[in-house]
Amino acid sequence: MCGIIGIYSKSDACSRELGKHAAGMLAQMADRGPDSAGLAIYRDPVGEGEAKVSLRSLVPRLEWGRVSESLYEGLGLERFGEVDEAFATAVVRTEPGAAAAWVAAELPELEVLSAGRSIEIFKDAVDPVTFLERFGVAEMSGSHAIGHTRMATESRVTPAGSHPFWTGLDLCLVHNGSLSNHNRLRAELEREGTVFRTENDSEVAAAYLTWRLAAGNSLEAALEGCLEDLDGFYTFAVGTADGFAVLRDPIACKPAVLAETDEWVAMASEYRALATLPNGADAEVWEPEPGVVYSWGRVPV
Amino acid sequence: MSFHEFDLSAVPVRSLNAALHADADGTFRVLEPGGRHAIAVGASGEAAVEIDGHVGYYCAGMNQLATVRIRGNCGVGVAENMMSGKVVVEGDASQAAGATAHGGLLRIDGNASARCAISLKGADVVVRGSVGHMSGFMAQSGRLVVCGDAGDALGDSLYEARIYVRGQVAGLGADCVEKQLEDEHRAEVAELLAEAGFEDVEPSEFRRYGSARRLYNFDVNTAVAY
Repeated sequence: MCGIIGIYSKSDACSRELGKHAAGMLAQMADRGPDSAGLAIYRDPVGEGEAKVSLRSLVPRLEWGRVSESLYEGLGLERFGEVDEAFATAVVRTEPGAAAAWVAAELPELEVLSAGRSIEIFKDAVDPVTFLERFGVAEMSGSHAIGHTRMATESRVTPAGSHPFWTGLDLCLVHNGSLSNHNRLRAELEREGTVFRTENDSEVAAAYLTWRLAAGNSLEAALEGCLEDLDGFYTFAVGTADGFAVLRDPIACKPAVLAETDEWVAMASEYRALATLPNGADAEVWEPEPGVVYSWGRVPV
Repeated sequence: MSFHEFDLSAVPVRSLNAALHADADGTFRVLEPGGRHAIAVGASGEAAVEIDGHVGYYCAGMNQLATVRIRGNCGVGVAENMMSGKVVVEGDASQAAGATAHGGLLRIDGNASARCAISLKGADVVVRGSVGHMSGFMAQSGRLVVCGDAGDALGDSLYEARIYVRGQVAGLGADCVEKQLEDEHRAEVAELLAEAGFEDVEPSEFRRYGSARRLYNFDVNTAVAY
């Protein structure tokens, strides 16, 4: 079991309080996934030639001052935001893909949690309520967010094994379920050049999407590819620069509920997360069909 | 027997269920259900329970004799293992509605999603809308009446439950076949529709599905169907 939430704002008022809404939803899903939590929030987009990167330290007592100096020299640092001793975000004057590749090559003491123009990812192997407080999620504003609470079944409880998984420019994935063919698929993707950080099945799903998207597929086509190539149970939520998409496996083993009002579109593993939203009790609520890609945003998937 | 009101944004579900068990013939009004799980579970008398809003998993599970009305949608497993009584869902039901229910009536005014009436053991399930895939899976006895459409693999591995569908059936599961709708079946559908309060639906528009009984005993010639 795991919990998933997603919210897409349709109004300025909702965007201002997006973090508060996402935090309320995620807290409701805490008992579906008490061992890890994470959130991808889309906010404050940067322009062409710039990137936002979310960073996690892989070593104890990392000196962020030294990291920011390296980023200044290597990538043209514009802003640096230290969350705490393990997490930071940066805005740099380099394209996102190149910025992520540079950090991976030059600063091995860091994990790039995300790189893009608007995405920021925060995640850790802590209980969801601690997570929400640690990152101040309720204070955040943004256009949309997806989040996850994890109850590990397939692999170890580690920060790297928590969700969301970054899958490419402004893209990320959260997963509720378990895949049974992930070892074979991981081997195939490794032959294609993918480097994996964990034994996690969800990381394989994320890498699969990254691979399909890099090959030129639309997000919808890449997700429909999951129906063919992934064996197992899944409800996926995918965050994009412009919105989010939802897909359930054809057997619909894992739950998902969608709801919409004039102010927002939201999805969650269970309705009780949606009930926390403004006018959640009056929203149009429905269950997504299995094997069908649903998406919201300013730009179609 | 008295009137009880519970606001679940203020008091825990357990206090509602404890009161329902203590005053089994009482009248209960439940406010702010907020999608919480296990609301009104284990009723054992002729209680009347009204819930104003959407509920979570296993609402009205193990119900005996009581009438539970949900003015909203419900999560997985509404009226799961119901023994008798009546459960009404005014909205949509999620997966496994009426799972393993032994008796009583489950009425769903909206749609029910996958695995509706899975392993049904004698209850009646009447759905005004459509049902999702694998509905009636391994259903042993009882009746499932669907006024709308049914998803794929309807009645897979069916035993002796009877299934009636008015709309399209996306596909039949292993060992489920269409059977002739005789007068006795029309009368049965009419009775169930009347009990559910759906008298405006015409019983003769339904088609009947049941078990071909080829999977009851292992036969090497039908091994491919397992």
